[in-house]
Amino acid sequence: MAEHPKTIEIEVLRYHPEKDKTPHTQVFEVPFTDDMSVLQGVQYIKDYLDGSLSFRWSCRMAICGSCGMMINGIPSLSCQTFLRDYYPARVRVEALAHFPIERDLVIGMEGFIDKLESIQPYIIPKEPRTPAQGEYLQTPEQLAQYEQFSSCINCLLCYAACPQFGLNPSFIGPAATALLHRYNVDSRDGGKAERMELINSEEGVFNCTAVGYCSEVCPKHVDPANAVNQNKTNSAADYFLRFLSPKGGAK
Amino acid sequence: MEIYKADVIIVGGGGAGLRAAIAVAEADPALKIALVSKVYPMRSHTVAAEGGSAGVKKASDSLDYHFNDTVHGGDWLCEQDVVEYFVSRCTEELTQLEHWGCPWSRTEDGHVNVRAFGGMKIERTWFAADKTGFHMLHTLFQTSIKYPSIKRFDEHFCVDLIVEDKRIAGVVAIEIASGEFTLVEGRAVVIATGGAGRVFRENTNGGVVTGDGMALAYRHGVPLRDMEFVQYHPTCMPGTGLLFTEACRGEGGFLLNKDGYRYLQDYGLGPAEPTPRNKAMELGPRDRLSQAFWYEQQKGRTIEGPHGSVVHLDLRHLGEEKLRERLPQIYELAEQFLGVDPALAPIPVRPAVHYTMGGILVDGRCASPLAGLYAAGECSSVGIHGANRLGSNSLSELLVFGRVAGEEAARFASSVAPAAPASVLAQAQAVEQRVLGIRQNTRGNERIATLRKEMAQTMEDGCGIYRLAETMQKTCDKLDELKERFKNVRVEDKSSVWNTDWLLAIELEYQLDVAQAMAYSAINRRESRGAHQRLDGFEQRDDVNFLKHSQAHYVAGGAPRIDYGPVRITKSQPGTRAYGAAGEKAEQERKASHG
Repeated sequence: MAEHPKTIEIEVLRYHPEKDKTPHTQVFEVPFTDDMSVLQGVQYIKDYLDGSLSFRWSCRMAICGSCGMMINGIPSLSCQTFLRDYYPARVRVEALAHFPIERDLVIGMEGFIDKLESIQPYIIPKEPRTPAQGEYLQTPEQLAQYEQFSSCINCLLCYAACPQFGLNPSFIGPAATALLHRYNVDSRDGGKAERMELINSEEGVFNCTAVGYCSEVCPKHVDPANAVNQNKTNSAADYFLRFLSPKGGAK
Repeated sequence: MEIYKADVIIVGGGGAGLRAAIAVAEADPALKIALVSKVYPMRSHTVAAEGGSAGVKKASDSLDYHFNDTVHGGDWLCEQDVVEYFVSRCTEELTQLEHWGCPWSRTEDGHVNVRAFGGMKIERTWFAADKTGFHMLHTLFQTSIKYPSIKRFDEHFCVDLIVEDKRIAGVVAIEIASGEFTLVEGRAVVIATGGAGRVFRENTNGGVVTGDGMALAYRHGVPLRDMEFVQYHPTCMPGTGLLFTEACRGEGGFLLNKDGYRYLQDYGLGPAEPTPRNKAMELGPRDRLSQAFWYEQQKGRTIEGPHGSVVHLDLRHLGEEKLRERLPQIYELAEQFLGVDPALAPIPVRPAVHYTMGGILVDGRCASPLAGLYAAGECSSVGIHGANRLGSNSLSELLVFGRVAGEEAARFASSVAPAAPASVLAQAQAVEQRVLGIRQNTRGNERIATLRKEMAQTMEDGCGIYRLAETMQKTCDKLDELKERFKNVRVEDKSSVWNTDWLLAIELEYQLDVAQAMAYSAINRRESRGAHQRLDGFEQRDDVNFLKHSQAHYVAGGAPRIDYGPVRITKSQPGTRAYGAAGEKAEQERKASHG
């Protein structure tokens, strides 16, 4: 009854800055079971075939945002992409597109972190309160205004999907815009005017050409394209209101 | 070696570490804070917490009720004065997080909503759908960006503490992207590195949860307290161990055996009623539910699956709409990972290791016995969880004690002078040489993954839901063997940039130390209490001999030395720990006897 254990080929884009001038591919044969994620396949390589393979991962359940990779050319979380969907064909994994490769499947994230920090991603209270005064009231409808945009796990798949970010790495991009929008439309927040300056800037939303692939690859239904496009409208309104109102638009 | 001079250093960028950093920044904006984390903070394992965070909210609730639930749930191995402080601080901290933007789920009139949770008498668990930890972590991380005095060392892996003249003086960390060492000098250090669940085979924890900070403190002479108490969460995904939150049962889910029978009624948790009753049946505490699973398995009433025996978590009667609203992540996990639509079919689940109740010994103000060293969150043992943690107390712990640790560390740093820099640097250079030695080791051919898997298996075999002296002894022996074999570990990767092979070896050494503390503490506790249950003649709780905290002391090159410390009892004398109808009866009797 003993069947031959099944295997699957995983082709990995390797790059080591201390050794390689350019990235190259390496193929590994990995035991396959139909409940294995691509991440588990890559972990098998590290544990038993080549300890030098580097990649980020942690939670295994699509919430920590660490394990994004290009899988057969599509930006994906490797923990929730399953080898069975490719078997018996070979699967190709590469570092996320549009980012500098630090090593193997690890990308440089500093650029994104800078963007995240630049958008003032925290409540700038409309009406400051102390904890002793209790919670702000926020109805389920008000929560629904921003909840989806607060679900971003910073996995950066949307940047790997965004052709404009590929052309212009300083474009603020989908996830950071979604986060900015998340705070702007939170009923507790009064910081929209400060944040709109960034949106209106050269690196702001008008870089987006409405391809929408960012929302397609988003594993958390954040729909960053929606946030970007709402902000195009806001930004346009803000731009014109500056000429009409002495205080500026969005205040 | 790079040198950075800070005032307060925080190791770990999860919920407790971020809350501590904000507390230091608010206490004194002039203090320079170094936040050292081996991952970008939003990757920390707080992110995976699902169900919610406890804090008294309803008019029908009280701090006394929260206190009693926590102390009874911990089988009276709690520091009662610390629990009293804890419950009094939860609601304000949760409200503070609301002000910082946490998207708590709301009632129709706009107030924060609360849900039922295991072992809690009244609904008091604040929640953000079933992604509470995710939202708390991102809220804290994003809020921390407001404070210019917080300097983050993201993806910096802490390899040692520097202790000078019996006082903390800094930490040494590897910048993962370059492999370069950094000495961060500081007069106070807060360890907030999380738990150690990855020392077990089947667990809910992320890959980062390797007990680093526990091992660091332990090696510097700080005892690890109550390490034998390891929580098995009853409803996890077979094979991977991924978590299906207790909120599934808080919202009304059932646990069924192979006959479709709500078996918990056979284990002192009944009566079975169609809607959830607090502290009964599926809303019993985690230790009791995992133990009931074990007995069902012994009786052959579980279902055999490809990854071991399972029972069914049945959510069908809640309906798709409610499931999508309250448990959206659970819905997707079941669909994507198991191919189960929970509105149409039950989810197969089994217990898996979830939480380390014990940790770095600290007092009620988060201070360890080593001057200047503080700890908060899962890595610490501040004394609120006792022998079994109640679900939703740990997220509140991050806030309450993260803040305390930050404030105390700030106060301490302001009260002492820096250590002599030359001596500190010399120590850091010695650390660098030792840690580079792990990478350069050519003595042997032991694979990191092989040692790690053998460790995880022996911990499951010896320190599982039920324990026997014989198997615990085998586990202790096996861990001794693995520590010997670790000397021959081979790091294949000799390079510097993003060398995760090297980091895994260092983590494995941390894990082996923590695992030893767990196993030796377990075999020495000759009673059954909370999550530590024995079947070899010590089936009962023994308050005469073991109403005390275990303390594991590190012994270089040998087995840990175990001794014991007192438990602080203030207002709740140890009594019968009962749930369901029996629990209600016991509570009435307690009330009657106290007049």
